[in-house]
Amino acid sequence: MTMTLLRHLVAAIVAGAVIWALSVQLNAFRDYQMAEIAVYVVAIAGLSVLIGLSGQISIGNGAFMAVGAYAAALLMLHLNWPVWAVFPASAAIAAGAGGVVGVAAARLSGPYLAGATLLLAVALPSLATRFPGVFGGDQGLSLTVTAPARLGATFPTTRWQAWVCSVAALIALVLLANLGRSRVGRNWRAIRDDPVAAALTGLNVARLRVLAFVVSAACAGLAGAMLAYTTTLVSPGSFTLSLSIALLTGAVLGGLGSLAGALWGALVIVLVPTYVTDVATSHGLSTTVAANLPIAAYGVVLIAVMILFPDGIQGGLRRLAGPLLPANLTRLASPDRQQPPGELSDGLTSPDRRQPVGEHQEEGTT
Amino acid sequence: MNEFLQFTLGGVSFGMVYAAIGLSLVLIWRGTRILNYSQGAMAMLSTYIALTVINHTGSYWEGFAAALATGVVLGAVIERLVIRPVENKPPLNAVVVTIGLLVLLEGLAGIFYGGQYRSFPAAFSVTGLHAGAVSLGISPNDLFVAAAVLAAALALAVMFRYTSAGLRLRAAAFNAYAARLLGVRVGRVLTLGWALAGLIGALAGLLVSPNTFLYPASMDSIFVLGFTAAVIGGLDSPAGAIVGGLILGVTLNYVGGYLGSDLVPLFGLAALVLVLMLRPSGLFSTSHGRQV
Repeated sequence: MTMTLLRHLVAAIVAGAVIWALSVQLNAFRDYQMAEIAVYVVAIAGLSVLIGLSGQISIGNGAFMAVGAYAAALLMLHLNWPVWAVFPASAAIAAGAGGVVGVAAARLSGPYLAGATLLLAVALPSLATRFPGVFGGDQGLSLTVTAPARLGATFPTTRWQAWVCSVAALIALVLLANLGRSRVGRNWRAIRDDPVAAALTGLNVARLRVLAFVVSAACAGLAGAMLAYTTTLVSPGSFTLSLSIALLTGAVLGGLGSLAGALWGALVIVLVPTYVTDVATSHGLSTTVAANLPIAAYGVVLIAVMILFPDGIQGGLRRLAGPLLPANLTRLASPDRQQPPGELSDGLTSPDRRQPVGEHQEEGTT
Repeated sequence: MNEFLQFTLGGVSFGMVYAAIGLSLVLIWRGTRILNYSQGAMAMLSTYIALTVINHTGSYWEGFAAALATGVVLGAVIERLVIRPVENKPPLNAVVVTIGLLVLLEGLAGIFYGGQYRSFPAAFSVTGLHAGAVSLGISPNDLFVAAAVLAAALALAVMFRYTSAGLRLRAAAFNAYAARLLGVRVGRVLTLGWALAGLIGALAGLLVSPNTFLYPASMDSIFVLGFTAAVIGGLDSPAGAIVGGLILGVTLNYVGGYLGSDLVPLFGLAALVLVLMLRPSGLFSTSHGRQV
């Protein structure tokens, strides 16, 4: 346990040093993108843990990001809280929202849960326009973020934002990594793989499912607060359904349940759309095409990854590295995926699937 | 009182659209146990095809037919190409694939047609009907909407009950393994189910677009409410989807009329959560959930 903690801490410190070295080299826009990547890493990691470890799906994590972002904006605007207090508070508020949704969600399986969270993503941002006095309506709330004075007057704000967001992301990732290796993480995998067997061994399946939702929503809330801090604007237009779907794309692409995969997913989500748009405009394509190409590409990625590489980028890398590494190292590299490739989880098997057992075996999927 | 009547009748018209989307979801769910999140996007794309044909030929009904044909082809092609590989995989894979389809179709619509809101013609006049001096709050087109969805539902019911294709569809949905042993080509039957769902979805898109305008994401909120309608009905029951759509349409029209239209999605969410909490298998479902 202490060894795991130590290893994760060392990894985080090394990653922090790399990020610091990178951020001083990059220009202001790249620093902004770095902060954005940190935002998406946290949100995608939270979603990935929910889907990959506990076997529940959410298409509504963008809504929890909205909760966190508005909480952060209100705390900063009205109470003048410092950023180190705003981030955990926003995460806690979003976690509360996640708990409420989780209580409803724990009773639902696959498609029902996905539909309910989808509706959440569509419905929640409309609250902001409903109460314009508090949430600023369609215009949203704007913040002012400045780097501390002792860094010097010429210090770029985006670099400060990148630092703050990266530190927050690293802390969140260390906590998530430890949680995944803890008893809670093992219990989540148990209820994912077979809820009945898990219940028989004395696990409280419903409570574990709600807890997974709370953790996932806390991550999304933190990411929302980080996004508010980076973009200095919180408006309903930032939290559309396509945000939630981008998070899902990132999680699926990186490999569900994998924190390293969350980084891959975030890199793709942040860097590829701007890259595709640049390439498309430089090849003389119209702006509507350029704006919509990344969206269509998300769709292709979701379908192709699910059909061809269900373990995502990280899973693919592991499989490539598998034969090269000694057996104990491969096991270390993938402690949370004992299932054969091509399987996600059986925890979501819908209760009234009418297929007889024989067919499952014939198809070789169970 | 007059207002109440208007909201009720207007709600029936919207409810029939939710019912049509719900019905298409039920068709796919019964056959493949997959919830098709791209149903709304398929309908949106079919409606764009209709708009292109209408602008080209000037005939509403040629566009109407083109959209229905597009729906059929789209449904069949999608089932063959991308759904078949995930059909016997864990349900999460299918969820992600159909969400991917949703994004892909909306992206394609954005590329080919642009993001601007386009108006879509209605089949009949949209001026309100009056009974004497009392405004009814519905138009001849609203009557057409209700009649079209009812006719489609009845045609489906007749097909399921009295044709051999319908019998095969029911057999494959009831027990794919046994149906296959009895000589039903289950693969083809599933494709047929998706094609029919594409047809009903396209119909819903055609009927709702005069009210909502047409843009790549125009069917998103219609889809989630159609999904809610199907869940209210139990996801398993075509009649349940119709009743669920009507209940939802009328209730939400009261909410929109009396409290403000921006609350409609929130109340839709509340209705969905309420139904799922109190009766997770829906109001009309015959199957029973498994308790863990």
